Amino acid sequence: MGQTLAQKVYEQHVVRRTEGEPDLLYIDLHLVHEVTSPQAFDGLRAAGRTVRRPDLTMSTEDHNVPTTNLLAPIADPVSRAQVEALRSNTAEFGIRQAPMGTRDQGIVHVIGPQLGLTQPGMTIVCGDSHTSTHGAFGALAFGIGTSEVEHVLATQTLTQRPAKQMSVRVDGELPVGVSAKDVILAVIAEIGTGGGQGHVIEYRGSAIEKLSMESRMTICNMSIEAGAKAGLIAPDETTFAYLQGRDHAPTGAEWDAAVAAWRELRTDDDAVFDREVVIDAASLTPYVTWGTNPGQGLPIGAAVPDPASFADESERDAAESALAYMGLTAGTPLREISVDTVFLGSCTNGRIEDLRVAAELLRGNHVAADTRMLVVPGSVFVKQQAEEEGLDAVFTAAGAEWRGAGCSMCLGMNPDQLAPGERSASTSNRNFQGRQGKGGRTHLVSPAVAAATAITGKLTAPADLVPAGA
Amino acid sequence: MDAFTTHTGTAAPLRRSNVDTDQIIPAEYLKRITRTGFEDGLFVAWRTNEPDFVLNQPQYAGASILVAGPDFGTGSSREHANWALLDGGFRVVISARFADIFRNNSTKSGLLTVVLPPSDVEALQDACETDPALPVTVDLVAREVRWADRAVAFEIDDYTRWRLLEGLDDIGLTERHLADIDAFEAARPSWKPRTLA
Ligand code: SF4
Repeated sequence: MGQTLAQKVYEQHVVRRTEGEPDLLYIDLHLVHEVTSPQAFDGLRAAGRTVRRPDLTMSTEDHNVPTTNLLAPIADPVSRAQVEALRSNTAEFGIRQAPMGTRDQGIVHVIGPQLGLTQPGMTIVCGDSHTSTHGAFGALAFGIGTSEVEHVLATQTLTQRPAKQMSVRVDGELPVGVSAKDVILAVIAEIGTGGGQGHVIEYRGSAIEKLSMESRMTICNMSIEAGAKAGLIAPDETTFAYLQGRDHAPTGAEWDAAVAAWRELRTDDDAVFDREVVIDAASLTPYVTWGTNPGQGLPIGAAVPDPASFADESERDAAESALAYMGLTAGTPLREISVDTVFLGSCTNGRIEDLRVAAELLRGNHVAADTRMLVVPGSVFVKQQAEEEGLDAVFTAAGAEWRGAGCSMCLGMNPDQLAPGERSASTSNRNFQGRQGKGGRTHLVSPAVAAATAITGKLTAPADLVPAGA
Repeated sequence: MDAFTTHTGTAAPLRRSNVDTDQIIPAEYLKRITRTGFEDGLFVAWRTNEPDFVLNQPQYAGASILVAGPDFGTGSSREHANWALLDGGFRVVISARFADIFRNNSTKSGLLTVVLPPSDVEALQDACETDPALPVTVDLVAREVRWADRAVAFEIDDYTRWRLLEGLDDIGLTERHLADIDAFEAARPSWKPRTLA
């Protein structure tokens, strides 16, 4: 029987396999950030251990960093202490670190690909669930907890068991104005937040093959919201073209050898998936979430659902408490929901392509009077690139705030938070209660819907806009 | 990690599905650099805003077993969620379905996660609502949850069970295989990226 892409990558990294024990899996790249690492470094020190492969480890600060006043020390003393702990830990153990404001700093899942450190066929881990993002390159990439961070630092391996395999096939042509974000929100709405549990998802089909690397990252990023361990996409010419010339991409004869190996990374025709889901791209429209988990999403043309319409009791209860928390009434058309804040950013949609899409819609338009829009590039490099293209000027002319790089309002560990009761349209990945600030209400959207929503102040599809100057 | 063999305590019914890690412990509590002391963040929004939240009820104050709805622990990889439950006095969480990373973290931190069929989870929730002082035993040796006259078996693989029973540290176990790791590294392709020059 053939193997899936994920199985091939997994098997290539098995260091040791013994009956009755989990496999020992080699890790090619370990990404580290300030939130989930301090206790791991303390553990190493307490046991007198070192970092086995600092040269396969990269660290950055992202979750706590402010997006304004970048040159001043971090005002919140607890956040500051955590960032300082990362700096001293990485210095002590010889790990490369990208401090605030430098080119390589940014959200950990944005900088790996940008530096060319994320490559096909690798195993990549990070103490962060959205590590699945790197699967867009055909890598097996997944989030781990702090005990495992310590394990990888010490041994460059993890104990693992093979996951189940799921195929999500998206065939056909995506309609204009429908993006990767809408695809993944639709997938999660279809299979539920537990639907991928225990599985690695491979996204395949003609609609996926046509996507840019940025869009593929958006899709793989939210695999975890579908409950999956990881998500990945077979590498192809688009992948190779993205990588060639990046800081850490191979060169010369090594490039040729790498590409030859990468071309082998495809699911065999006779491989068997444990579960298969098929989605028709042409049937998709912009998606928005109405509830407090990412599976509670609908096409933007729909209305807030009636909890009584859910057959499953726990879904019914979940819908009821979601509507209460979100301050929504069943039957309200989604397009009539007004938002206070639009957040464009995060590891889901904080890359250059996302900023371009939003800027294109905002050009010559203005953010609605009672709405604020925050634009937070995913990394300093993305910020610089956007500024070279003049996108910052488009955003500020439209009345949006152009900020420094980081996680920002995706989780509000820095000062960028929703006030209680405030409502956002957010390009991030989680609409959990209080995720963007205590009492804050989140609707997950694509960058295009975010920009259109900023202009009208209500949840809006890009196709609803009257072109500027028309 | 503390060894886990068998535990008897009272149980608190948490009748909610999809309890995500932002509810178990919100991000603002993750700024600390210590490994203990996270109990103040445990379910803090619900404890603050909902007077009748189960853990606000005095009869469940001493509970050490949490009996939750399906899809417990979805969301972030934060092991802080496991630490907060341990710091809050819980040794066991029972649910019909856990998010993978949460479950995996729990095997590293010494919090036992037990998967029972949905009907048994509900029966146990009913039982500890009827009698909050009901003793519940979670027996890892026998792979069984027992209360009143019920005994329900649960599955856990032999290796994980052995590690938990012995309280063994994974890193120490892996270090027995350093020769295998050395051999693997010697055969890695030279074009694989390095972060340092
Ligand atoms: S942007 Fe959001 S989801 Fe991504 S790493 Fe940062 S906090 Fe996590």
